[in-house]
Amino acid sequence: MTEYQNIFTRVQIRGPLHAGVPVTGSVFQREGKPFFSYLMGIIGNAQVGPLYLGSLGVASLICGFIAIEVIGLNMWASVGWNPVLFLRDLPWLALEPPAPAYGLHIPPLNQGGWWLVAGFFLTAAMILWFFRVYRRARQLGLGTHTAWAWASAIWLYLVLGFIRPILMGSWGEAPPFGIFPHLDWTVAFSLRYGNLYYDPFHMLSIVFLYGSVLLFAMHAATILAVSRFGGDKEVEQSVDRGTASERAALFWRWTMGFNATMESIHRWAWWFAVLTPLTGGIGILLTGTVTDNWFLWAVKHGVAPHYAPIYSPAIDPAAVQGVKP
Amino acid sequence: MRTALSGVALLGAFAVSLVAVLTFSHPPVEMVATGNPGTGMQLNYVPAQVAQALAINQPPPALPLIDAGPPAKTVYKNVQVLGNVSTGAFTRLMVSMSNWVAPQQGCNYCHVAGNFADDSKYTKVIARRMLQMTIAVNTTYANHVGSVGVTCYTCHRGAPMPTQIWFTGVTPGSGTGLVETNMGKNLPAAAINNSSLPSDPFTPFLLNNEQIRDQGTTALPSGNRQSIKQTDWTYALMMHYSQALGVNCAFCHNSQAFSDWSESTPQRVTAFYAEAMLRDLNRNYMVPLTATFPVSQRGPTGDVAKINCATCHQGVYKPLFGAAMAAKFPPLLGVGATAAAATAPMPASDTTNATKN
Repeated sequence: MTEYQNIFTRVQIRGPLHAGVPVTGSVFQREGKPFFSYLMGIIGNAQVGPLYLGSLGVASLICGFIAIEVIGLNMWASVGWNPVLFLRDLPWLALEPPAPAYGLHIPPLNQGGWWLVAGFFLTAAMILWFFRVYRRARQLGLGTHTAWAWASAIWLYLVLGFIRPILMGSWGEAPPFGIFPHLDWTVAFSLRYGNLYYDPFHMLSIVFLYGSVLLFAMHAATILAVSRFGGDKEVEQSVDRGTASERAALFWRWTMGFNATMESIHRWAWWFAVLTPLTGGIGILLTGTVTDNWFLWAVKHGVAPHYAPIYSPAIDPAAVQGVKP
Repeated sequence: MRTALSGVALLGAFAVSLVAVLTFSHPPVEMVATGNPGTGMQLNYVPAQVAQALAINQPPPALPLIDAGPPAKTVYKNVQVLGNVSTGAFTRLMVSMSNWVAPQQGCNYCHVAGNFADDSKYTKVIARRMLQMTIAVNTTYANHVGSVGVTCYTCHRGAPMPTQIWFTGVTPGSGTGLVETNMGKNLPAAAINNSSLPSDPFTPFLLNNEQIRDQGTTALPSGNRQSIKQTDWTYALMMHYSQALGVNCAFCHNSQAFSDWSESTPQRVTAFYAEAMLRDLNRNYMVPLTATFPVSQRGPTGDVAKINCATCHQGVYKPLFGAAMAAKFPPLLGVGATAAAATAPMPASDTTNATKN
């Protein structure tokens, strides 16, 4: 019973190296000679490669590379091209969107123009990657679930950096590209619009995010727990339940009176993951466009309490003087 | 391979714990709840940090109180501010000022040896203006300094130049060239708790009178055009308040609704009055002295050293933990100061002499 103490995969299958089914209808072939790796084998399949890039993959990587270069070189320039400072201060550095005064106009490159360039290429890279994932799935005769899950993440990204700034009439509303700066932006966003925690779609997004984590843990734990009975053959067991499937189902019915099935648990997980950025994006989109202060909105609709003052005088001194500071 | 992997893991764990031990505050943390139950409004005190702050924020011993003799202006020449103060109190304050501001250099830091009435040293011209400023703070800004008041020591702490001062940074977006210009943020900012927030929120808010308030005041949009970028600057100013006073947000705010005064603490009102006070001090006392200071003591853009919260507070919620030091020096509370000294800004009498320094 020491199964659960393993972090890494215990079984490494090493058959003959194989390249997979032939690629048809493409100018590109798979790249690289496949090989076995013990280290990769403890976290996944021991065979590495070959990799299929294709035209969409190459285009996506080029766009992504341009975006990272534009962001990185501007960051490096902001510390006077000092390599040591660049590494030391990297979490602080950023490429800022244009000032609000520019509205939706195209600013000079050094006033936020680079931010638009980086945003364009990063968006292009992500959308090209969507088509690549979609096309790879179709080529293998798969459903396109992965591509649509990725599209959900693109939706949130576009709301933050493109759709909402356009609705607000200012590129300056978008987050900067930078590690700490984009986190500061998140806080400033919440501060400006009266506490994002009272945004119901933000609440939903958190539910789905935490729910995803819970489902992930429940599902992974269940499958590992019944793998000694062959429970890892989940897909076959959707239609042909064996003892592993029965035991797992019984376990959850005993625990909480209800159980998912080998098929439905994956639908739960997919929808929870997809709904996290989908609802989050709606919450961001409504902020500033439809509501201006989420706390006051929540008080108005009986979601949040307005606590009674416990100090006195608890009034705005600017109002007392009759002047705004 | 397995050994190499464990080695990497061990090294990583060691690095993480090293960072944690060296930079995190460790238990015990004493918490004091201040707001409505369940709001999480609490002040946190780490005993080791409190002990350290207590040790370095003690007022120096005051000289025995003297208030005897004729008015200073009848005995000494060129006494412009403290003319009606008794000679005894005047001399006591002069010696105290020397102890507070120039303990190593002594009287001659400001005065010309042999002719104390002479104004040819720039330090004396500045000291006179600072004396007027101290009296102005104690007499007109009771809404911020209360009965504690300020003395020269509140800022100077035994140094001719207070350590906690600020200079104006680059104007955001003012640069030329192809790469992104300096936006006034996104570098570690020492006065903003080493965050990547704007490093100089003082120029817009504590020198100029830009709008600090960003948060919407109505549930639905009703014309508030404050941007997220502007909020970054207010956020930076608030981080400075927090760092300068050694307190968290909940010292003044209920973070549920930062802008709501009805859920804020009285300390927020006190902080509010500091904003107007600092603008007054920086504009009417510091900036006019710009040319009086030698270039070497000015900032990178040639501006004068200016005041923010940290200048007096130095990491403590009340400077020197609220020691009522000013009360021991009645002239600093305006007693015996000439009427003009406390109200109208008095131009430095001979800046022309001073600039030669």
